[in-house]
Amino acid sequence: MAVVRSLRGIGARVINAVWRIGFGSRFFLMTLVYSGTSFRRFRLIVREMFSSGVMSLIIILVAGMFVGMVLGLQGYETLKRYGSESALGTLVALSLVRELGPVLAALLFASRAGSAMTAEIGLMKATEQLSAMEMMAVNPIARVVAPRFWAGVISLPLLTAMFSSMGVFGGYVVGVVLIGVDEGSFWSQMQAAVDFQHDVMNGVIKSFVFGVAVTVIALFEGYDAPPTAEGVSGATTRTVVESSLAILILDFILTAFMFRGD
Amino acid sequence: MSSEVLVEIRDVNFAYDSRPILKGINMAFPKGKLIAIMGLSGCGKTTILRHIGGVLKPTKGCVKVDGQVIHDLDQDGLYKMRRKMGMLFQFGALFTDMTVFDNVAFQMREHTDLPEEIIRDLVMMKLHAVGLYGTQDLMPAELSGGMARRVALARTIALDPMLIMYDEPFAGLDPISLTVVGQLIRRLNDALGATSIVVTHDVQESLKIVDYIYFVSDGAIIAEGTADDIRASGEAFVHQFVYGEMDGPIPFHYPDGDFSKDLGVRV
Ligand SMILES: Nc1ncnc2c1ncn2[C@@H]1O[C@H](COP(=O)(O)OP(=O)(O)OP(=O)(O)O)[C@@H](O)[C@H]1O
Ligand SMILES: [Mg+2]
Repeated sequence: MAVVRSLRGIGARVINAVWRIGFGSRFFLMTLVYSGTSFRRFRLIVREMFSSGVMSLIIILVAGMFVGMVLGLQGYETLKRYGSESALGTLVALSLVRELGPVLAALLFASRAGSAMTAEIGLMKATEQLSAMEMMAVNPIARVVAPRFWAGVISLPLLTAMFSSMGVFGGYVVGVVLIGVDEGSFWSQMQAAVDFQHDVMNGVIKSFVFGVAVTVIALFEGYDAPPTAEGVSGATTRTVVESSLAILILDFILTAFMFRGD
Repeated sequence: MSSEVLVEIRDVNFAYDSRPILKGINMAFPKGKLIAIMGLSGCGKTTILRHIGGVLKPTKGCVKVDGQVIHDLDQDGLYKMRRKMGMLFQFGALFTDMTVFDNVAFQMREHTDLPEEIIRDLVMMKLHAVGLYGTQDLMPAELSGGMARRVALARTIALDPMLIMYDEPFAGLDPISLTVVGQLIRRLNDALGATSIVVTHDVQESLKIVDYIYFVSDGAIIAEGTADDIRASGEAFVHQFVYGEMDGPIPFHYPDGDFSKDLGVRV
């Protein structure tokens, strides 16, 4: 009996998950369909970019700096064994631009801005603000959801660029200023090794995809949250968990397509 | 009740899941009138308003607004209809990320191309009407409950709707604001030529201002009439409600709850 019951439990969970994916996709589609207002009134997007993007700036810059400094230390340690300390610039830049920048910036963005979006939308729903808007003949998806979506999608690649730049700077401070790697070879090797198309553009594509994933998850969880205090807090937690997993899984898939070892 | 009817509710039944909430409601709201729906907490008053707003769909029966069956409209039709309606939500539902000014201006900005100066004048007029001129730069969190409700009222009437629904406009108001808001609702109704529906528990205040009253109990209409009819009514439940008596035909308790069972009392 216990077996049947646990099987039934698993089945119910799977069905529930499929339902939610369906609702989520529909929600995403509706967001795209009702995006017209946001672009006609770009002010709406700018306002949300301030609250999700600019507010994440400090954490992104500080984290980027420290990640770059760690890369500088660890990279130097390893490269020294092979006598190729001059490649430190390349190592720092490539790790940041291809992987660490997009992934870490997206993870930070999910926990800083994504959770805030979920909580905000969830509370707007719980306090009937969304119903009130609908009674005023204003579509909440067009007026509330879509501007936040585009703000997130635009902000994250910009934040990622800043994260990576700070990281390179951190690597420079540790590698060149503190340890004393040759400054000329640090920069020139970096310049020679980092390819715009292959490395930078792929990083930008990654952060764009992560931006879509994180904001859709955050907005959907908020929109779908039960209109109670527990409902909203549960949804906020789910946003962070689901978007972190989504980022890491998507990163593997994208990496597999972009850098197949050739 | 002769003149033209703006909202008509015919034999409406509604259930949440399988729990029936409305059971065969019939109501008519003639143009230009101010009508109250009264009843105990949980009897389905807000649910009736949601039907008129097209948020809920009756399981049986139909709701007609301005000659159209509201639950058969597509989204465009529904939104067009809602532009002509205003609804004051029971808990205000002010947009917490906007100032008082932006809240009141919201619909003007969404639905009209009015220049900012005119919007500004209109907003100030509406705020003045609810006695809150000077609060325009505050955020909703900085308002008291009663003030928030009056701001919500100003927002509801921002575009001079033809049908105004008030869900508990009197809750949480001090006696002076209560009279002011009551008079305001009456005046708005007459000045705009609007039709108003007021959901309320406040019998004394509403008897002063309304044209017609429906009493709802347990999802059905148990009495109706003009203010004078109601005051003079000899019917026991109307009397009980109007004078707030504990004992009478209207049960105070939620239907299933027999507290004595929980106490282990055997009857
Ligand atoms: N979303 C919902 N799901 C299930 N039941 C609900 C829901 N909303 C309301 N109800 C039930 O419907 C009944 C009527 O609710 P409604 O909000 O219409 O009451 P009301 O007359 O407005 O009460 P009050 O005067 O307290 O505002 C209540 O018994 C409530 O439990
Ligand atoms: Mg109610």
